[in-house]
Amino acid sequence: MSVTTTDNLTGQIVSAVQQKINVKADPLRNEALQIFQELGLPAPKHEEYKHTPIARYLEKNFSFAASPASGPLADIKRFFIPGVDANVIVMIDGVFSQAHSRVISPETEIKIQSLGEALAAKNPVATQHFAKYLDIRNNSLAAWNTAAWNQGIFIHVPDNKVVETPVIIYYISNATAGENIVVNRNLIVAGKNSQATVVEKFDSTGSANHFTNLVTEVFVDENAGLDLYSIQHDLNNRFQHNITEIFQKNSSRVNTFTFTLQGKFFRNNLHLALDGEGIESHMYGLYLLNSDTLADNHTVVDHKKPNSFSNELYKGIMDESSKGIFNGKIFVRPNAQKTNAFQANRNILLTDKATVNTKPQLEIWADDVKCSHGCTTGQLDEEALFYLQSRGINKDTARAMMLYAFAGEVLDYVKHPQLKDYLDSVISDRLHKNF
Amino acid sequence: MSKDNQVLEELTSKEYEHGWTTNIETESAPKGLNEDIIRFISAKKNEPEWLLEWRLSAYRQWTKMKEPKWPNVTYPPINYQDVIYYSAPKQSAKAKSLEDVDPELIKTFEKLGISLTEQKRLTGVAVDAVIDSVSVATTFKETLGELGIIFCSFSEAVQKHPDLIKKYMGSVVPVNDNYFAALNSAVFTDGSFCYIPKGVRCPMELSTYFRINAANTGQFERTLIVADEGSYVSYLEGCTAPQRDENQLHAAVVEIYAMKDAQVKYSTVQNWYPGDKEGKGGIYNFVTKRGLCAGDGSKISWTQVETGSAITWKYPSCVLKGDNSVGEFYSVAVTNNYQQADTGTKMIHIGRNTKSRIVSKGISAGHSQNSYRGQVHIMKRAEGARNFSQCDSLLMGDKCGAHTFPYIDVENKSAKIEHEATTSKIGEDQIFYCLQRGIDEESAVALIVNGYAKEVLNQLPMEFAVEAQKLLALTLEGSVG
Repeated sequence: MSVTTTDNLTGQIVSAVQQKINVKADPLRNEALQIFQELGLPAPKHEEYKHTPIARYLEKNFSFAASPASGPLADIKRFFIPGVDANVIVMIDGVFSQAHSRVISPETEIKIQSLGEALAAKNPVATQHFAKYLDIRNNSLAAWNTAAWNQGIFIHVPDNKVVETPVIIYYISNATAGENIVVNRNLIVAGKNSQATVVEKFDSTGSANHFTNLVTEVFVDENAGLDLYSIQHDLNNRFQHNITEIFQKNSSRVNTFTFTLQGKFFRNNLHLALDGEGIESHMYGLYLLNSDTLADNHTVVDHKKPNSFSNELYKGIMDESSKGIFNGKIFVRPNAQKTNAFQANRNILLTDKATVNTKPQLEIWADDVKCSHGCTTGQLDEEALFYLQSRGINKDTARAMMLYAFAGEVLDYVKHPQLKDYLDSVISDRLHKNF
Repeated sequence: MSKDNQVLEELTSKEYEHGWTTNIETESAPKGLNEDIIRFISAKKNEPEWLLEWRLSAYRQWTKMKEPKWPNVTYPPINYQDVIYYSAPKQSAKAKSLEDVDPELIKTFEKLGISLTEQKRLTGVAVDAVIDSVSVATTFKETLGELGIIFCSFSEAVQKHPDLIKKYMGSVVPVNDNYFAALNSAVFTDGSFCYIPKGVRCPMELSTYFRINAANTGQFERTLIVADEGSYVSYLEGCTAPQRDENQLHAAVVEIYAMKDAQVKYSTVQNWYPGDKEGKGGIYNFVTKRGLCAGDGSKISWTQVETGSAITWKYPSCVLKGDNSVGEFYSVAVTNNYQQADTGTKMIHIGRNTKSRIVSKGISAGHSQNSYRGQVHIMKRAEGARNFSQCDSLLMGDKCGAHTFPYIDVENKSAKIEHEATTSKIGEDQIFYCLQRGIDEESAVALIVNGYAKEVLNQLPMEFAVEAQKLLALTLEGSVG
């Protein structure tokens, strides 16, 4: 692909954004669009997008010129996670749907509203944190999002509130009538000593291609705890670029879970800035890929202050002609002494057409630290398979058992019981587990 | 203990022990780089027409290339027109035997601990000594010649064995491989050539010793090793340079071609002048090293101890093309003061059942930055490939940095890849244990570092291992406490 086509595509996106939104009215959007125009979509040799030619995917599958049509929307209840009492938010084609949403927690405990409205009403918390953590200068997708986002959710957990009921955001793309492009922007602020769980789930109807550019900024204040789940299990032609930007203060705890199970193309940029002491961050990821799915997880953990702990575990099983990409960066800044940072990435390739590219990366400027990363790629252990077969278990079952056990390590860390059951059933189905 | 003390005492008195210069008359080309300079070099060396064409085509490609910016190092831009590309000790006529070689030169190498007079050598190492741009002497040529081994300077090989040079030069590192390889192909002045015939096991270690002497020069040497079927050779490379305030450029190319069942072991102790405590001066070491396991069952092993150079940019690699071929990479990279190193390896698995092993140990002290950058690529056809990589970093002091950039690309399901990396500092408990046994802190650090690097040092030939141990202690001297 030549540079000119990338430029053309960038130009098409810019004019599509200008048609929809009056960027001139907002200095931030205006600046972001200019940056997007300057940077352009990542070129094929861009180091961060080396194995993920996003421009080519977009060019091949989308025509940004046409205005998206939307067809009738079938029953969406089927996408809901069963058996969970939750604050349900439904976004259809990137637009908040009041009719399908239901918040059961009292407003004193958690405030959920549209980000656009919160900013327009000059909500002090929203204005204080919005666009403060995302770096739009070095990532054109982030600049695109900042220029073009139309709606998003603002979640604020006030100081000292513990929200037992999780918030689940269902993103449903209606691609029955034609291609669909969604640009969403969320902001989550967890106040001091608060506790909350947020789940994002992505689904669609219709067989047309649909692309989502989602940015979520997260601020976790002192001593707060936040669990974030992203469930990427779209049976149709989903293309998605996620940026999750998390900023943590002293003694806060964050657990993130990224499950990539089905869809066409996922790029997940997960960035944690540990700007305080005594912080604990866990990142878990599982990608079970088949057909020609591409899943790319880029994580960055930035230890800015001393005495924090981060741990990362990403596991993947690549079947058919899927592609798995993992890049994990750990930065330890010069004064971040006594940092402990660990990272593990394990992959199984099931076919010769599947590929995996991993790049675990450590950049360390402090000496009194313990950092390690480990990464493996292989196939199922023949001897273990044989052992199971020698006990009278047929080969397919034995294989499923071993893959399930491999995936199970990540699943074990899911805390919410009903969510765990749901994920377990989805993963079991995928691995043809019938024991 | 007494041995350790002795090592340290020896070292505490001086900083960079090879920082002196020799006063020998030299003949140089004018500063700058253009086609005329290349013609000048080629004419000086009395080269055949095809080689001049080869150089010129490399130069033309180089002018179109851009200096790579991706390494994790920073340095002011290099003015390639401010470098002398050819400098040679003046000799009345080409020396036929050692008696004809300028005694100053022999003294120079003796001072470095490299004796060129064969009867004094007890260790059985054949040496090709290269000063600035040319090779001055090669020892043990006759003994090796009896076995059919060719070991001589590159220029001599061009004259005497043009067929071999024509066939293998550029076969592993193509002219346009990268910026510095292209530069080297255009202006290379000398280096070593080695050919081991079918089934011969080279009875002694072959060695090249590089010395930069003249000021303002760049050193561009080229080494080519061809190991024919079933042969074996162990090759050593050492290098030093005088202490100067300006930076000097060293851009070398090393190519290894291993045929069926051949084994090549290449060891380097790199001790170019690293610059002073404030980071002034020192060598820019931009080297392309690559081995091709062309035949089935061949093996190439790289071992390097990197202690010198202001900036190191070096990735000794193995292309495992033959089935069942093996690539190995063992490295210790030490940086102190303001040194920067971006080094590692590439293992390209093309053939079936190919194996590779990477052990990299980085040690950073002072204000230095030390990066490991490596790639393991398993191609589609590489059924049953196996790789194990380990890269550890040791940090001494809180002003330095350690970085790892491993790329792992797998396209075959039967591949088994393991990679692990750790970063830590020398444990206070370890030092305390040594102190408690009456070992002072400096010796304790030397002891712990040597233990940490042992896995790599064990791979070195004996004479080199001793030198490397001393170098490690020297480079880190004063970095504790």
